Amino acid sequence: MVSPLAAVLLIFLVLPIVLIVIVSFWRATEFSIIPAFEFDNYAFLFGSPVTYTVFFNTFKYAVITWACTLLIGFTVAYYLAFHIRTLTWQIALFLLCTIPFWTSNIIRMISWIPFLGRNGIANSTLMSWGVIEEPIEWLLFSDFAVILAFVHLYTLFMVVPIFNTMMRIDKSLIEAARDAGANGAQILWNVIIPLTKPGIMIGTIFVVTLVMGDFITVRFMSGSQSANVGRLISNDIALLQYPSASATAIVLLLTVLITIGILLRFVDIRKEL
Amino acid sequence: MTKFTQRNGLSRRTLLKGAASTAIAAGSTTLGAPMLWAQNIKDVTLRQFGTGVSNLNDVATKVQEDLGFTLEMTALDTDSVTQRAATQPNSFDIADIEYFIAKKVWGAGNLQAMDTTKIDNYDKIAGTFRSGLLTPESTIAQGTAPHTVGFTSGPNGTDFVQEESGWMTLIPTIYNADTLGIRPDLIGRPISNWSELLNPEFKGKASILDISSIGIMDMAMVVESMGEYTYPDKGNMTKEEIDLTIGIFTEAKKNGQFRAFWKSFDESVNLMASGEVVIQSMWSPAITAVKSQGIPCVYQPLEEGYRSWGGGLGISAALSGLELDAAYEYINWYLSGWVGGYLMRQGYYSAVPETSKEFMSADEWGFWYEGKAAEGDILSPTGDKLAGAGEVRDGGSFLERMGSVVCWNSVMDENQYMVRKWNEFIAA
Repeated sequence: MVSPLAAVLLIFLVLPIVLIVIVSFWRATEFSIIPAFEFDNYAFLFGSPVTYTVFFNTFKYAVITWACTLLIGFTVAYYLAFHIRTLTWQIALFLLCTIPFWTSNIIRMISWIPFLGRNGIANSTLMSWGVIEEPIEWLLFSDFAVILAFVHLYTLFMVVPIFNTMMRIDKSLIEAARDAGANGAQILWNVIIPLTKPGIMIGTIFVVTLVMGDFITVRFMSGSQSANVGRLISNDIALLQYPSASATAIVLLLTVLITIGILLRFVDIRKEL
Repeated sequence: MTKFTQRNGLSRRTLLKGAASTAIAAGSTTLGAPMLWAQNIKDVTLRQFGTGVSNLNDVATKVQEDLGFTLEMTALDTDSVTQRAATQPNSFDIADIEYFIAKKVWGAGNLQAMDTTKIDNYDKIAGTFRSGLLTPESTIAQGTAPHTVGFTSGPNGTDFVQEESGWMTLIPTIYNADTLGIRPDLIGRPISNWSELLNPEFKGKASILDISSIGIMDMAMVVESMGEYTYPDKGNMTKEEIDLTIGIFTEAKKNGQFRAFWKSFDESVNLMASGEVVIQSMWSPAITAVKSQGIPCVYQPLEEGYRSWGGGLGISAALSGLELDAAYEYINWYLSGWVGGYLMRQGYYSAVPETSKEFMSADEWGFWYEGKAAEGDILSPTGDKLAGAGEVRDGGSFLERMGSVVCWNSVMDENQYMVRKWNEFIAA
């Protein structure tokens, strides 16, 4: 007897991935896909310089977004955990952080467009203040816009696990450090950060996988001008090139797995939890 | 699976009902053949999908009113439409698609050929869709012209034939001549060539649509207009020609010529209305939508001519019996004028102009079709003012506009290669 959990994983996780692997070796025409075993899809993928640019772009988005969300997420969590004294206020402020998540991802993203546009609120405000003469073009439909949207969308995924681990830090450790003569920065660096590592790592995995797998944010915020791997796949699917999309998906999957593998070398989440 | 049982259940029920209604039908023969089904056709639901241009809720409401059955509409972007027609034959009954999509998906066998003898207004369908000739003197434009993929050899044909065989792949409904849309207030000078799309003057303020089969044709128009290359056949490029065309645009993209690319109709409206873009590929009703916000926008006729497209209704291969009859009835109703008039007032052309004329005022007909100056206010189907007295349509009359068509949206022999190159262009 297979245990229920194993069965569920087999049917809904392993089987689809196996199917994607199989299809990635198939051949496609305009309107049909033909079972085959050929490496054409991979050859085209690795043979195109665009693929490397796009993978580079995907990593660039992931790294910058990670750095921003970590900085903001850690600060917010630190404030909540160590500066707010009562549990009630901690919970109240924490819930406040989740309010933006009451609307859908897409709406939160699209609402940036009228704000950042050439004649948008940001530009007209800056111009009325006399800060700028001409509207700033790179606010919208640029990498800046993409990363801004990512940070806005995913910071909470960093706040939650970090806040969670911080709440479990024994306050007496901090008092002990202070008694031993450590200043604020030393406590932060030598006590809090090492103890928060598992939370940071979980947040990192969330953010990195979400950003690397995204395609819709990149499409809308860059005005279809930039591409990451997700968009490559979605374009292929839109043009009925399923085998080619599968090949790209497999390469992306391996890339993400390797990235997470490397991340897990730094912190043993299982031990820390 | 539930869908299937539901549908079977439905026809069983309607079959029983049918027996009862035969008696009624027998008594009402004077009202014409469609009434034969009047009792049980009410239970029929036809599921139609297509692009946003003609999948309008007003049409579904009117079908319910005039024919009594339910029409469910799904509007998708062009690529998703192609995808669905090719891969999900059980998800639709009526496909409202473009002719170039038909060329892609007909071979998959998901659509069935339609008997033209069952189409009441077949003789009134415009020449473009039958012989390919707009007027007897016209020449046929490059690309996938509708008549080249409009007919098949027989009821089970999967090929295309060039003569009027009596079996149509799609029943034509709508077509138009497309060009660039501009914001005259932000440009401030006349625009008369396709090459203006890549003019550095509009750096960061241009856009092109991200739908490969259509976009590549717009690109070809621009490349020819720039004098870079003259294609033997724009509608069927060689690999080298595809590389050249997309190469020129990739360079422009890297130089920051484009503000954005758009994929769906409403994206193009937003780009134009917000002033992010001042010149771009555009569709007629998008111009209408921008104008109805009170923002000046012109569908600019250009010296090199228009890129054209045509659409029609196809029937799912799975359809039979009562539902197939309902589908034919729907198509006959579609060509009988009400929808045609509605679409014409949005700036499209109806494939059966004669019948549409009856559903338009003389002033509307003069403005939209004959290119005459409007005598009073010209309103959109939803009641927004589009033009005042004395204004004329951009590009003039039907014959002037459709007569200047130089290419149709296309599917090339090298389509697979083009699609991959297109994907690279978007990702570059």
